[in-house]
Amino acid sequence: MDPTLSKYLMIGAVLFVCGVICMATKRNAIGILMGVELVLNGANVNLVAFSHYTTLGIDGQIYSLFVIVLAAAEAAIALAIALNFYNNHLTIDVDRANKLKG
Amino acid sequence: MVGETLKYLLVTAWLLPLLGFFVEMLWGRKGDRTTTKWPAWCAVGCIGAGFLCSFTALMTWGSDTGWAVLDKPAEHLEGHDDHDEGEHGHGEHGHAADHASVADAPWQLTSLPDADESGDAEHTVGQLVHHGTLYTLATFGGLSVSIDYYIDSLTLVMFTMVTLIATCIHLFAIGYMSDELTEEYVDHSAHTADGKHVHRQGRFYRFFAFLSLFCFSMLGLVLAGNIFQVFVFWELVGICSFLLIGFYTERKTASNAANKAFIMNRVGDFGFLIGLMVVWTWFGTFQFAELFETLPRDATGNIVANEFDEVSVTAAGGDEKQIPYSLLVVAGLGVFAGCIGKSAQFPLQTWLPDAMEGPTPVSALVHSATMVAAGVYLVGRFYPMFVPEVLLTIAYIGAITLFIAATIAVVATDIKKVLAFSTISQLGYMMLGLGVFGWAAGLFHLITHAFFKSLMFLCSGSVIHGCHHEQEMPKMGGLRKKMPVTAYTMLIGVIAISGLSIPGVVAFSGYHSKDAIVASALAFIQANPSHFLLFLLPLLTAGITAFYMFRLWFFTFAGTPRDQHVYDHAHESPWVMTAPLLILAPFAAFCALGGESGFLYGMLQGSEPVHVAAGVPAVAEGALALPSHHAIHGVHATAGLWALVAAVAGTLLAYVLYGTNVVNLHDMKRQLSGIHGFLSSKWYFDELYDALFMKPMHQVAALCAWFDRTIIDTVVHVAAKIVVVVSYWDRIIDESLVDGLVNLVSRATFSFGNSLKVVQTGRLRQYVMFIVVGVVALFAVLFTTFPN
Repeated sequence: MDPTLSKYLMIGAVLFVCGVICMATKRNAIGILMGVELVLNGANVNLVAFSHYTTLGIDGQIYSLFVIVLAAAEAAIALAIALNFYNNHLTIDVDRANKLKG
Repeated sequence: MVGETLKYLLVTAWLLPLLGFFVEMLWGRKGDRTTTKWPAWCAVGCIGAGFLCSFTALMTWGSDTGWAVLDKPAEHLEGHDDHDEGEHGHGEHGHAADHASVADAPWQLTSLPDADESGDAEHTVGQLVHHGTLYTLATFGGLSVSIDYYIDSLTLVMFTMVTLIATCIHLFAIGYMSDELTEEYVDHSAHTADGKHVHRQGRFYRFFAFLSLFCFSMLGLVLAGNIFQVFVFWELVGICSFLLIGFYTERKTASNAANKAFIMNRVGDFGFLIGLMVVWTWFGTFQFAELFETLPRDATGNIVANEFDEVSVTAAGGDEKQIPYSLLVVAGLGVFAGCIGKSAQFPLQTWLPDAMEGPTPVSALVHSATMVAAGVYLVGRFYPMFVPEVLLTIAYIGAITLFIAATIAVVATDIKKVLAFSTISQLGYMMLGLGVFGWAAGLFHLITHAFFKSLMFLCSGSVIHGCHHEQEMPKMGGLRKKMPVTAYTMLIGVIAISGLSIPGVVAFSGYHSKDAIVASALAFIQANPSHFLLFLLPLLTAGITAFYMFRLWFFTFAGTPRDQHVYDHAHESPWVMTAPLLILAPFAAFCALGGESGFLYGMLQGSEPVHVAAGVPAVAEGALALPSHHAIHGVHATAGLWALVAAVAGTLLAYVLYGTNVVNLHDMKRQLSGIHGFLSSKWYFDELYDALFMKPMHQVAALCAWFDRTIIDTVVHVAAKIVVVVSYWDRIIDESLVDGLVNLVSRATFSFGNSLKVVQTGRLRQYVMFIVVGVVALFAVLFTTFPN
């Protein structure tokens, strides 16, 4: 019973969709960040799956390393933004971050 | 050689006063100039130096020609007989033979007529002339405008006379105008708006500056070698006269008089310009020397005209033209019109009495001796161009003028007005003399008149100064005890102008000159009996002249004082003012010593146009015959006797009426009040001109004002209203249409932007959803269109 590629892709898709739903529905900024992590990890799973089952080879895994690094950097920045936002507004409720409203 | 010397001497004499003018006007700080006399001494110096130059020029000319002109009268008679016989050795050529040394002199610029060729056009230039060009201003092909000089004995005599009299008058004016030497001069005849007397700075230096400018202009006029230059200086003397008459600018009477003088002169100058235009068009030149040689005269001196009454002249530039005879008349009358204005002849004589508003030195210099003589001088100078019809007009105008002015002088009471009318009358005599072909006689009278009239004006100035600016004779009387020098020099002048003499023993200058004119007139009417008035009027007026001049003398200097206040304060004038009187008196008395054989007459005859001596016989039945020297000499004794009788009669009448107490003058005035009123209103000329010219002008002006106010202003106002209405509607259109369009565009943009603003909710989760939905839609579209 070897899992096929499509099964891994399915996992990746499920992670992605969860991440998206988390991003779209959370009111907490940290929660949105968690969603972003989920999305990125879903993409990582996809990449690794492709590296094993296709001729992509080691490139897939290297690429996913890059994604991890980027995710970490982006999380740091996002947390910095959230911290700054808290300093100014004493909340991280994204519904209250509507200063850019036209 | 001599020509050059004469030229330099006379040009120096001419230009020195101009230099003086600039110096006096511009040099020196304000304070100095107003209160010191140096401008006066500068002016006297300039004109005195001018006199020395003129006198030197006269002597130079005389010694160079050997005073040949003075031999003329005796030989003239002989030469005349030859001419009558038609021999070759006739008058002019006889002169050439007799004055061989003179004729051969290399400087002589005009040639004498060549008698060998019969029927040739004779040269009509006086014999001994230096002429030339000082500077050419412009050349248009064959026509050129230049500054020329024309020096003959007449020029030299005029220069000497003008500079001598001007020097004396400048000296006199130092004393007369001395009350202008102050920082604050009070003018008692001028009032400010609130009724007080005018206080102003003294204008001593300006008076002498204007006098210098006037001398420059007058001498330029005399020296001029072409008629356009004469016209330029003509206007210049007019300006100077204007400035000098209106010297007391704050006085309304003075400024009106100055305007009147200048404007009436202008009226004459209009005719002058027409004459100039004719000359320029048909002769192509303005220069005297060329003009005189161009007009063709036959052996008898008549102008040669063909059967169409045209005269052929060779214009400068070579082409021959046929000028209609009538245009020659027009040219002559035109130039004479200028002389009518300048020399105050009828009908333009009314400005001269008013010109007495100027200070007395001005009246002496400008309005008796020089400027008004310029008209006579021009007639004498332009003589060869005058056809007999023009000469007759000149004679008649002179005759009318002399009579009118003399009658008005009889009733005038202002001492200067009497002299002014006397001047007009004597100018009429000069014009008459010139018109009846007594060329030298008219100019002789000009010179003698200049001397005795300026003497008399200066004496009257001395009287006015001595009586503290009292000019009315009814307030004077018995002044000879208080002012003896003035009184007796005035008497010399009065005797001179009256033409009194003891024949053969002593005769003052006026006797000789008036004699010459009356003799010419008598000869003229003997040749043309229908013009007898031209003899009767001057004869009668000789008596009237003597009458009013002695009336003036008796009124002022003899009898008992009529106003004790004036008499008590009268005093003799200082030496600056009496010295010129003493200098001029001998000239007034004896400048014509020897009469027609004397120095002055000889000098003048030396410049006589050649065709005058022989007379001009009538060219057709009923035409004018102009008398010859021979004819004039023939009637000289008779005419002289008649003139003397008239003068003595006038003098005796004046003595009876004014020197003794036989007649009550007030009763006489009352009885003759009609005539007296007519004469003292100056024959109502001022009223006549007022009605003829002034009132119509005022009507026209009122009409124009009405037109301007009613019609033109209405048009302008209606146009303005239309503009206002149009601009109102324009504003509405602008605001609604144009602004509306612009505003619409902006509003549309704004609302569009506003409507787009809705998208920016600011809700982050919504943005995330958009991203997700967008990605899904993108994937869907991609995978359906590119299934591969």
